[in-house]
Amino acid sequence: MSDQAAIYLGQGGAHAPPAAGAEPLVQRTPNAVLHTPARHRQLPRWLLGLLLPAALLAAAELAVRSGTLAPNLLPPPSAILETIAELALRGLATHVAASTLRVAVGFTAGALAAILLGAATALHRPAHAIFDPSVQALRAIPSLAWVPLLLLWLGIDEAPKLVLIAIGAFFPVYMGVSAGIRGVDRKLVEVARLYRLTAAQQARQVLLPGALPSILTGLRNGLGMAWMFMVAAELIAASKGLGYLLSDGRETSRADIVLATILLLAVLGKASDSLMLRLEQRLLAWRDSFESPDHA
Amino acid sequence: MLDIRIDSKSYGDQKVLGPLHLQLKQGEVVSLLGASGSGKSTLLSIVAGLDRDWRGSLQLDGAPLQGVHPAISLVFQEPRLFPWLTVAENLRFGLPSADDCGCEVDLLLEETGLHGLGQRLPKQLSGGQAQRAAIARGLMRRPRVLLLDEPFSAVDAFTRMKLQDLLLRIAAHHQLTILQVTHDIDEALYLSDRILVLPAGGGPLSGEFSVPAARPRSRSDAGLLPLKHQILDLLHLAEQTA
Repeated sequence: MSDQAAIYLGQGGAHAPPAAGAEPLVQRTPNAVLHTPARHRQLPRWLLGLLLPAALLAAAELAVRSGTLAPNLLPPPSAILETIAELALRGLATHVAASTLRVAVGFTAGALAAILLGAATALHRPAHAIFDPSVQALRAIPSLAWVPLLLLWLGIDEAPKLVLIAIGAFFPVYMGVSAGIRGVDRKLVEVARLYRLTAAQQARQVLLPGALPSILTGLRNGLGMAWMFMVAAELIAASKGLGYLLSDGRETSRADIVLATILLLAVLGKASDSLMLRLEQRLLAWRDSFESPDHA
Repeated sequence: MLDIRIDSKSYGDQKVLGPLHLQLKQGEVVSLLGASGSGKSTLLSIVAGLDRDWRGSLQLDGAPLQGVHPAISLVFQEPRLFPWLTVAENLRFGLPSADDCGCEVDLLLEETGLHGLGQRLPKQLSGGQAQRAAIARGLMRRPRVLLLDEPFSAVDAFTRMKLQDLLLRIAAHHQLTILQVTHDIDEALYLSDRILVLPAGGGPLSGEFSVPAARPRSRSDAGLLPLKHQILDLLHLAEQTA
């Protein structure tokens, strides 16, 4: 035998001397590692996340092509992709930009108001007693109930859409900020008192970072609500935007346009949520929280 | 040096402390023992300035103390490090930026055996390291009195012994006066110059003992056994009358 070692499997285990005439099952060079730990061959997470939608799209394609489903009710995914390509040539970007801008402006306004009011009610008991019951009552109002009032007050231009989106974003962010600040560990606040921090320093150096996990969860939920309220706003009165495309698709009985728009909304919503998630991971790297190894 | 006079401290109708008069000398290590509910931690909160709802007076070198004072530092039972700050940032917490040269941080990290761990987050520390960081933070403003509220109760026996030795080294080096709460009589005997036993439900001290042993002490000093039994008997009695 050459300078190569060999692993023999059989009676006596891997290190037993070979029986006469036995063939080595695995040849190894001197540099080879014998006992490598078993490693899971896993697909990248983003690819795993695509498996379910891809399977559903493939099933839909098959169902339509085999005649199980009527194409006028559920166009095949290939046709939806063609529609998206066709829409792209007819100003789809303008619609996407209009909706995204509305979400950005409405979400920013709603989130800022929520952060200010949430912080005020969490930091001052009188403010909590005055504002919180009303905020909780307003939170229970369904989004569509605001629409007639906003149309009456603000007309059918941009303002009512932005206000509706801001309302949608406001409540989750308010809840996140208020609950987050009120939930900061009292013991850490005691340390801040021991170091004679002023109220403003305590808020900036202890309460804000301590409440950050809850605030970011509120912002993430608020952003999701902003996309939903944007569609509600644009469905009612808009000349551009993804809500308008949905409305247009329904009026012209173009299920492919409706589905293409829904697909775009899903992609945009997921993209913005991923950005928020990345921000959350970056800002909360200090957290000593449960993270399953399979989830990392 | 530190004069603590508590006329009364109550939670609602329940009296917790007082009347009580304690005096601590410069560089003295004093342990507070007592049954649960005897107000040991409350006493530390009062001296630290965190509890303002009591009657009596505090004086440091004859000058009255009001509220939190930089000459008095408190280390809690749990490290209470800010989880979003690194160890070094935790040490600098609350300091005016003018005092922030970093040299004091490095010195204290070195002194507390945390050299090279300044940039770690609290979640990356062991229990013993976190408590060392808490002690180092407590020393950052160069206090003259260090209050310790059962600081070693949450760590294993071996780490506890190392931290006790660290505390003695630091106390000697910084000429610190130490007032600590503990449930561990052996720890009190090993660390203290004096041991005070608080009664449950207020009133004067149940007992006050000087520890008649030179330093460095042995952890198995048979000469301290009679004192240990005497304190144990007193604690049993306090527990029964509580």
